[in-house]
Amino acid sequence: MQHKLEVVGLNAWFGTYQALRDINLATPDRHVTAIIGPSGCGKSTLIRCLNRMHEVVPNARATGKVLLDGDDIYAPGLDPVQVRARVGMVFQRPNPFPTMSIFDNVVAGLKLNGARQSRAGLAAVVERSLRQAALWDEVKDDLHASGVSISGGQQQRLCIARALAVEPDVLLMDEPCSALDPIATAKIESLIHELKAHYTIVIVTHNMQQAARVSDLTAFMYLGSLVEFGPTGRIFTTPERKETEDYVTGRFG
Amino acid sequence: MTTVSTRRRVVNVVAQAGAVACTVVVLVPLVLIFGYLLLKGCSSLSWSFFTQLPKPVGEVGGGMANAIVGTLTLVGLACSLGLPVGVLAGVFLGEYGGGRVAWVVRFCADVLAGVPSIVIGIYAYTLVVLPMHGFSAYAGGFALAVIMLPIVARTTEEMVKLVPSTLREASLALGVPTWRTTLWVVVRTARGGIITGIMLSVARVAGETAPLLFTAFGNQFWHQGLTGPISSLPVQIYTYAISPFDDWHRQAWAGALVLLLLVFLTSLAVRVVTRGQVRSVV
Amino acid sequence: MTNPETPARAVEWPVPRAAAPRLARRLNLGDLIFRALTAGLALLIIAVLASILVVLIYESSVSIRTFGWGFLRSSAWDPVFKEFGALPFIYGTLVSSFLALLQAVPLSIGTALFLSELSPRWLRAPVSFLVELLATIPSVIFGLWGIFFLIPWVRSYLNPTLAATLGFLPFFQGPNYGVGMLTASMILAIMVVPYVTSVTYEVFAAVPSVQREAALALGATKWEMVRLAVLPYGRTGIIGAVMLGLGRAIGETMAVTMVIGNRAEISASLFAPGATMASVIANEFNEATYELYVQALVEIGLVLLIVTVIINALARLLVWSVAGPDANTRRG
Repeated sequence: MQHKLEVVGLNAWFGTYQALRDINLATPDRHVTAIIGPSGCGKSTLIRCLNRMHEVVPNARATGKVLLDGDDIYAPGLDPVQVRARVGMVFQRPNPFPTMSIFDNVVAGLKLNGARQSRAGLAAVVERSLRQAALWDEVKDDLHASGVSISGGQQQRLCIARALAVEPDVLLMDEPCSALDPIATAKIESLIHELKAHYTIVIVTHNMQQAARVSDLTAFMYLGSLVEFGPTGRIFTTPERKETEDYVTGRFG
Repeated sequence: MTTVSTRRRVVNVVAQAGAVACTVVVLVPLVLIFGYLLLKGCSSLSWSFFTQLPKPVGEVGGGMANAIVGTLTLVGLACSLGLPVGVLAGVFLGEYGGGRVAWVVRFCADVLAGVPSIVIGIYAYTLVVLPMHGFSAYAGGFALAVIMLPIVARTTEEMVKLVPSTLREASLALGVPTWRTTLWVVVRTARGGIITGIMLSVARVAGETAPLLFTAFGNQFWHQGLTGPISSLPVQIYTYAISPFDDWHRQAWAGALVLLLLVFLTSLAVRVVTRGQVRSVV
Repeated sequence: MTNPETPARAVEWPVPRAAAPRLARRLNLGDLIFRALTAGLALLIIAVLASILVVLIYESSVSIRTFGWGFLRSSAWDPVFKEFGALPFIYGTLVSSFLALLQAVPLSIGTALFLSELSPRWLRAPVSFLVELLATIPSVIFGLWGIFFLIPWVRSYLNPTLAATLGFLPFFQGPNYGVGMLTASMILAIMVVPYVTSVTYEVFAAVPSVQREAALALGATKWEMVRLAVLPYGRTGIIGAVMLGLGRAIGETMAVTMVIGNRAEISASLFAPGATMASVIANEFNEATYELYVQALVEIGLVLLIVTVIINALARLLVWSVAGPDANTRRG
């Protein structure tokens, strides 16, 4: 199993506040890794470091290495834009572009990068991406409706389709279901099951049951450090560390 | 339980009545001016008013066609210079606006917005009229562009800042470079607000007279190209208003009505379209 | 658990890449150019403001050297004999603006109080819109209305009444033409009111409701609540709003030119015609046939610029200290 993403000695700061302390972990290809932990433990910060979105915030910085297929994405002089084209992200609140149609939203990553494709080519990408995101049948009749005219759960799947359209290697999901109702959440969880056969997925979630349902590996974080990392089954049934056990049994968090 | 004394109650009522009275007094001139313009100007609005040139001094009749076209020309010139600079400067302030440089720019923009327009006329006179050895539409357009610039920049900044950062992040996460994100996502999302800011500044400069007095100057005939003096609606109104001819006074009213309707309708449209978010006082 | 709506065979999955594209160093030119371009244009704003000052100093340098500080003290304005002194216009600007504020400020505060404390919610937006409309009326239209409506009214009714009742004061003596300082101040007041009202309204709205409630809980009437909680809290902001109005009044040109009579004289009487710094430039710039004349007018423009900039800057700071830096003080 080749490691798709490998984090080596990652530290991250917001100004003078250190949010991540010496994180080391490796995620294999075509598996789902969940990052869990109480509020403020740094799980969102960690996932945002995996596609260099962390540094978008003013005064935020990170040191260490994150290897994507062996290449360090934090290599000096490397343009973060390249990284983000290979590592896609879906956010907590669905954020389709309001001025664009569903069609334009899906191909936004391609169009905004100036990729020139024929109308037919784009249409093929749209259908493929929407099918991958399990949204095609619901919106295929009106692809030119506004991207914000559909329900919250559909918008989130639209964002997933948009992320998949640029053919990333890795898909990062930062609490993708926290703004959705249970039915929409269930749809996205089953979607993750399908996607994982083809993509490496890292998902942050504050919902332990969700982590137990969808992930193969789980990382438990606390106060900016990685406390324990291992197969999901083991983390939830026989955790090695006391903090982990306390968290998964609901004693805090 | 203490009862409120009669004196306090009376003072209370008088004070509140006073506030209401102030509001009424403030709104009276609005009604008077608009009503007076309608009364005096309506009857003079005719097809010939919009299509004919002014007649020679003392003769009755003629119109303000050249003034209307002149205003459109001057506003067009002002926009071609002021909008690119203003919008992009506003984008800078909105997107990269955290530092000291941005603070200074913002401060200068606000100060510039408060410079009397006649002073800007002197500025344009020195920079454009003197080197060109004459009045021109370019000079007038330049003066109006300088007036427009800080307004457009600041409203653009405000609209850009309103775009939720989550949209910016969505675009960046797709691997879109920052500058493309700014142009094609942020500005595109903010474009409605930016356009309303532009409309308001256009309405404002369309009514400016002082900076045109010695830049565009004025012309009783059609302008010969953009390098010569050109008529404009406000200057024409002024010239006619201070003249001794009744017929010119009549036409001044008509011209003023046209100008006022243009300005009022723009303000109303902006208020309606933005649902009261954007103030028409810029 | 497969999604029952989308059979797997209908979905195209990505073909695994034989070799993933390596991440390579690449210069991001687009970002650099774009940021430099927008920053450059933003800096242009600073350049424009600075250059206005420089241009005006340069274009009045001869006049500055010729007259020195005496320019500001001398009241001799005689283009024929090439004597130039700005005092009549400084006087005219100060008096007309001061009188305008005297009339405008109480009205503005009253209106702002109505909007923030008394007005029913549904009335607030329309009334504030109407007040703002007043601000959008071009100056020349105020002037036009001033010439044909206000001046005759002032000449026939207001001035005679003032002369009859308050004629013992030097302000209300002298010949009555209708044009003059009083009329100019009235038009200025109308033009300044929307700005002062707007900003004052924002200042009052920024008063935290806990302050209002504290006063009311003590048993205060509505007016007493205003006096106790709203007005003191907003005092600095009101001063700022007034200064903004002052800055506006000082720079006002067309409406003043059309009703003030344009005579370079200092007179105690408010009925007398006068001139302001802005109005003399508007009136005489195109008549200035020789260099010193033009330079003297530009020097007046320079004084006007400096005074306006200082007043506006101070006003902005005052308003920001109360209503926060995001308060809309852009009243150009």
